[in-house]
Amino acid sequence: MTPNLTYVIVVGVLVAAGVTLLLERSLTRVLMGVILLGNGANLLLLTGGRAGGAPIVGNTPQEEMSDPLPQAMILTAIVITLGMTAFLLALAYRSWHLNGHDEVQDDVEDRRIMALAERDEGPDGADSGDGDDDDDDDAQTDNERSLAATADAGRAG
Amino acid sequence: MTYLVPLPVVMPLIGAALTLLLLGRPRAQRWVSLTVLTATVAVAAMLLVQSSLNGPLVVEVGGWAAPIGIVLVADQLAALMLVVSAAVTLCVLVYSIGQGMADGNEETPLSVYHPTYLVLTAGVCNAFLSGDLFNLYVGFEILLVASYVLLTLGSTETRIRAGTTYVVVSLLSSVIFLVAIGLVYAATGTLNLAQLVDRLDALPDDVRLVLQGMLLLAFGIKAAVFPLSAWLPDSYPTAPAPVTAVFAGLLTKVGVYAIIRTETLLFPGGRTATLLLVTAVLTMVVGILGAVAQSDIKRLLSFTLISHIGYMLFGVGLTTALGLSAAIFYVVHHITIQTTLFLAAGLVERRGGSTAMDRLGGLARLSPLLAVLFFVPALNLAGIPPFSGFLGKLGLVQAGIDNGGVLAWILVAGGLLTSLLTLYAIARVWNLAFWRAPHPDMPAVVGSATAARTDGAEQPHQVVTVGQTGAVMPKMMIAPTVALVAFGLVLTLVAGPLFDLSTDAANDLLRRTPYVEAVFPGGTP
Repeated sequence: MTPNLTYVIVVGVLVAAGVTLLLERSLTRVLMGVILLGNGANLLLLTGGRAGGAPIVGNTPQEEMSDPLPQAMILTAIVITLGMTAFLLALAYRSWHLNGHDEVQDDVEDRRIMALAERDEGPDGADSGDGDDDDDDDAQTDNERSLAATADAGRAG
Repeated sequence: MTYLVPLPVVMPLIGAALTLLLLGRPRAQRWVSLTVLTATVAVAAMLLVQSSLNGPLVVEVGGWAAPIGIVLVADQLAALMLVVSAAVTLCVLVYSIGQGMADGNEETPLSVYHPTYLVLTAGVCNAFLSGDLFNLYVGFEILLVASYVLLTLGSTETRIRAGTTYVVVSLLSSVIFLVAIGLVYAATGTLNLAQLVDRLDALPDDVRLVLQGMLLLAFGIKAAVFPLSAWLPDSYPTAPAPVTAVFAGLLTKVGVYAIIRTETLLFPGGRTATLLLVTAVLTMVVGILGAVAQSDIKRLLSFTLISHIGYMLFGVGLTTALGLSAAIFYVVHHITIQTTLFLAAGLVERRGGSTAMDRLGGLARLSPLLAVLFFVPALNLAGIPPFSGFLGKLGLVQAGIDNGGVLAWILVAGGLLTSLLTLYAIARVWNLAFWRAPHPDMPAVVGSATAARTDGAEQPHQVVTVGQTGAVMPKMMIAPTVALVAFGLVLTLVAGPLFDLSTDAANDLLRRTPYVEAVFPGGTP
């Protein structure tokens, strides 16, 4: 069982391209990345087994048989990748339906907490007592609005 | 008794098929799901008794002998995990049925919910029972695909956003796992865990380290270990309450289980012990600091979930029997408590109309029962004596002091600090949501008001009169929460026998031979 260099290089290229696409914001590109990554992994599985003739008893002598197990595993992995591709496509379509684009957005709540941390404030104004709750709420809604805007800008950029 | 072993996987799958056939008939679906999960709990309990009396139970699937066919192995660790996770999934199912009936099924569309939920259970059980690395991957995929559907139920804008991150991160971890499997097979020519024991031992150290690192990376993402944990608080809080509860209880713990299994059975000797200990302390401290900064109960609980994964890694990283035993005990405790807290948070959301702490207040006066249901597991999580959280942490601290190394002492200190900060985070929830005066924005009693901010869509607020609190918190949601709180307390009462059990399991794991001999009674081929 000698490793085939061509396989290894192809796996490397597929995985590198897959990871690059995975880091994109657009879900369609992420989907392409997932497909490339999955194919890279499948090819790697294939290199793990011995190459040879069809592994059927009586058809091929035992020493010349290929290893059927990686092929079986790849079949399973292909089916799983197929299902995931369909699901990701559905997600992308739904996202496009809701937002008019398929780009992954930031978590607004997370941005809000980060902004509070940058202004060196506590996690919620309510810590300061019960009396000024109303002020807090106003501040918070303003804050949320500006943050939603920030999130949009971040996505566009 | 070996015929019992495949049942926890097969029964939920058959149940899923049946509930899919019964699409238009919610009542029949409910009964199928309840029956199946109750039976799963019973089978899991029998497996636990059998495996602790007679050693691991093994089934060769399809009748093919071990290295060629796939085996399912129920040893004490797997059986213990099965019992706890089956009990928790049953309670959450009852809770979600209660919520679905009260809401007219807006929040949990029953038609898809039941089959998916059962598939999730089957995947979790398959991952626990698998005696084969590739079958473990399949188990993970089954539960992950089910979790994608559950997380994006209703496909509102927030859930699609959260679901996207979750799906992509999970896919990446699955690809890493698959690559690791390919490498393991290329290096050893087998994927049977028991057969891998000898063959991995025979490999050069460097190759073993690469394989171990790849598997740890894949499981680390699934278990939400610190540098790989950012996906969790981003996605979990947006799902419906019962879904978040079952995810928080089970999914990360399946990752922890896989880490325990591979670190003890396949790669003993603790070559990554230092790495595990360092990530453990970082997971604990960074996680809990994240929790302290949150102003939403569900997000806060998600961060405590990450933080407490660190305790389990701490026990695994010590590689001693006591450490491992305490880690297993902690997994059992944490599955129960974290699920309970998320269910209680779901009740808070219904009663207070939100889980944002700055919009809540006075819940202790408005609903004393809810206050108790939150308070008891919260103290348990923080590790207040005499609860099981305290006992688990005590075991870990003892194991760390026994180890005596500098790193172990740092972990002991980190563990205690995390415990203290957990108490602080929980006390903040208590003070803001339960103890101060009711917030002016809070309706006196709200109907099916699940907060618009976590849902994305406004829902009509049914206003009910004060006498009808049953509609806000239906008995079928209260009862399973009470049951889980009680289960957490029972864990404290039976802590002695439970610790004995987890010590037995830990010893078996460290000796490795019981597992291998059960799979290959005539010696490894």
